Amino acid sequence: MKRLLCLVLTLFALTGAAEAEQEAQQIGDAERGRQVFVRCAACHQVGPEATDRIGPHLNGIFDRRAAANAGFDYSPGIRRAADDGLVWDLRRLEAYIENPKALVSGTRMNFSGLDDAQDRADVLAYLRGFSDSPADIPEAAPTARPREVDLTPEILAIVGDREYGEYLSSECTTCHQRDGTSDGIPSITGWPVEDFVVAMHAYRRQIRPHPVMQMMAGRLSDEEIAALATYFGGLE
Amino acid sequence: MKLNRRHFLGASVATVATLSAPTVIGQGKPRVVVVGGGAGGATAARYIAKDSQGAIDVTLVEPTRAYFTCFFSNLYLGGFRELDSLAHTYGRLAQGGVNVVHDWAVAIDREARTVSLAGGGVLAYDRLILAPGIDFVDGAVPGWDISAQHAMPHAYKAGSQTELLKAQIMAMPEGGVFAMVAPPNPFRCPPGPYERVSMVAHLLKASNPSAKILIVDPKEKFSKQALFEEGWQAHYGGMIDRIGPDFGGADVRVDPAAMTVAIDGVVEKVDVCNVIPAQKAGRICDMAGITENGWAPVDGHGMQSRMDENIHVLGDSAQQGDMPKSGFSANSQAKVAAMTVRGVLSGSKVFPAKFSNTCWSLIDTEDGVKVGATYEATDEKIAKVDGFISQTGEDTALRRATYEESLGWYAGITKDIFG
Ligand SMILES: Cc1cc2nc3c(=O)[nH]c(=O)nc-3n(C[C@H](O)[C@H](O)[C@H](O)COP(=O)(O)OP(=O)(O)OC[C@H]3O[C@@H](n4cnc5c(N)ncnc54)[C@H](O)[C@@H]3O)c2cc1C
Repeated sequence: MKRLLCLVLTLFALTGAAEAEQEAQQIGDAERGRQVFVRCAACHQVGPEATDRIGPHLNGIFDRRAAANAGFDYSPGIRRAADDGLVWDLRRLEAYIENPKALVSGTRMNFSGLDDAQDRADVLAYLRGFSDSPADIPEAAPTARPREVDLTPEILAIVGDREYGEYLSSECTTCHQRDGTSDGIPSITGWPVEDFVVAMHAYRRQIRPHPVMQMMAGRLSDEEIAALATYFGGLE
Repeated sequence: MKLNRRHFLGASVATVATLSAPTVIGQGKPRVVVVGGGAGGATAARYIAKDSQGAIDVTLVEPTRAYFTCFFSNLYLGGFRELDSLAHTYGRLAQGGVNVVHDWAVAIDREARTVSLAGGGVLAYDRLILAPGIDFVDGAVPGWDISAQHAMPHAYKAGSQTELLKAQIMAMPEGGVFAMVAPPNPFRCPPGPYERVSMVAHLLKASNPSAKILIVDPKEKFSKQALFEEGWQAHYGGMIDRIGPDFGGADVRVDPAAMTVAIDGVVEKVDVCNVIPAQKAGRICDMAGITENGWAPVDGHGMQSRMDENIHVLGDSAQQGDMPKSGFSANSQAKVAAMTVRGVLSGSKVFPAKFSNTCWSLIDTEDGVKVGATYEATDEKIAKVDGFISQTGEDTALRRATYEESLGWYAGITKDIFG
């Protein structure tokens, strides 16, 4: 069974002061996070001496626009997400290190993701120490601890109805070309079904930026997302 | 309301049952005739032919050999597109199984279910799809009629009119005046006139920076107004003036021979005058007797005419409810109509209607904005579900991304329409 089946996506909490207070807590154990970061260190550096390597350095990553490190050659996928307004707050960073492709299609970050919620929290707590915006206020917007919501195994196990997906797809192909050509608008043809499902749920929950996609995904049911994933996944 | 799989299966059976019984009876294949090969008609013809795989005969009647999209024709005016890049031909539709007839439909006999062509032919149909776009309301702008469209082009059907308008703008004297008479609601492409003004300003800023642009507008408000006004201020400060109804924008008369525009009785001499008159459904809808107040009312569930269940009307001609008249909308409606018609004629599954629209507009180089919404069919109309609009003050990266996305959309939708 694929690791995606236990995927956890996160959702905005922030309803009322009391709740916000409850949510405001340390992100995780920074000391333990330093050890988790070893898994990232093959590509990324952080700290006073850090430079860009295979991946960009991660100083000041919190609250920064994606792809904002001048001098680093980012993938078109992450540049597009940046143009759409992706900002690295805690919620997005966590979604990204859990499954990079769920948040940014076509990213070059070739990393299968950190399954363990504690690992993610700890490594982000560690990275938080190298970001001074906003200084040392763990409960401020970009670092507030979000509430987690499961994308349940049931949702991921829905078998899409291809015929229904084909009908629904006609709405997508006004912009996304069926043959996979992409100029200005990304290809959605031939994706692994799970990636498609996760991406659409991330739009529906407004974790992924982009108003058109948030709107389109916002009115798709779980079954409809599965149907589309099956249809587009099966196209050559 | 969200429908899940179980709900709509029930609904689809019911929907099919209330439409007239399948016409699959004995003799020959069911026949669909589509009048108008634009954004709506070509999409419908292509989808019915593609999805019925030969089970339904599809004939498309369209007079022109090459269709010039109105969408992106403003970008041609601004110098961002070549005119040729807006032309689309019908060869791939023909290869996809559509019988393409280059002719005008001149009469519809609803009793006999036939369409007569200007060339003399007669086509019989089981279902007729009308997507003839718009025509202009006679006398809408006093002093202007179709014989004046050379002196004062509308350029609201793309092609030679667009080329003419651009040539006139290029030939304006230094410091000259470009006037636009904007249309009242409802009309094709609500942001269209204002995107056009932006593109004309872009062109003039480079070639004739002391020129002026005057918009005479009968409407209080217009689409994406805050975004356009912000952009005009930022890019073309002082060049563009708009006279709304408070200052006589609804009281306009033109004199094409003298090249003057009288606004509330005050006569202005202008160098170019782009008259975009009030609009109505393509005339063939009138001739078929399915219009009311100039437009063809339809039931959004399958884009069926409210006056004749054997006729479906798509795109600009249809009076459907909340959707703006756009190429995107016409394309979206066409898919719902195609599915419905196939359901009736060949018994294929009918799913609930879903519609969407997004209109991108270009304000200046790499400064794109957009507005969009999703819609569903209710018994009363096509009703808006959800929507968004670009914000004022967005950064240049987002505006550039929006523009690039519009290029992708153009490539995508024209492939979706013409194959
Ligand atoms: C300046 C401008 C900018 C625009 N920009 C955009 C944009 O960015 N995005 C967008 O989505 N929309 C845009 N639009 C709107 C879009 O062009 C129209 O809404 C769309 O073309 C409507 O599609 P339709 O199928 O209803 O009509 P049309 O595309 O006009 O097609 C109608 C066809 O029917 C044919 N026809 C008419 N009468 C007959 C007859 N009797 N027999 C046979 N054939 C007939 C005509 O030749 C024509 O080809 C713009 C419009 C303008 C004017």
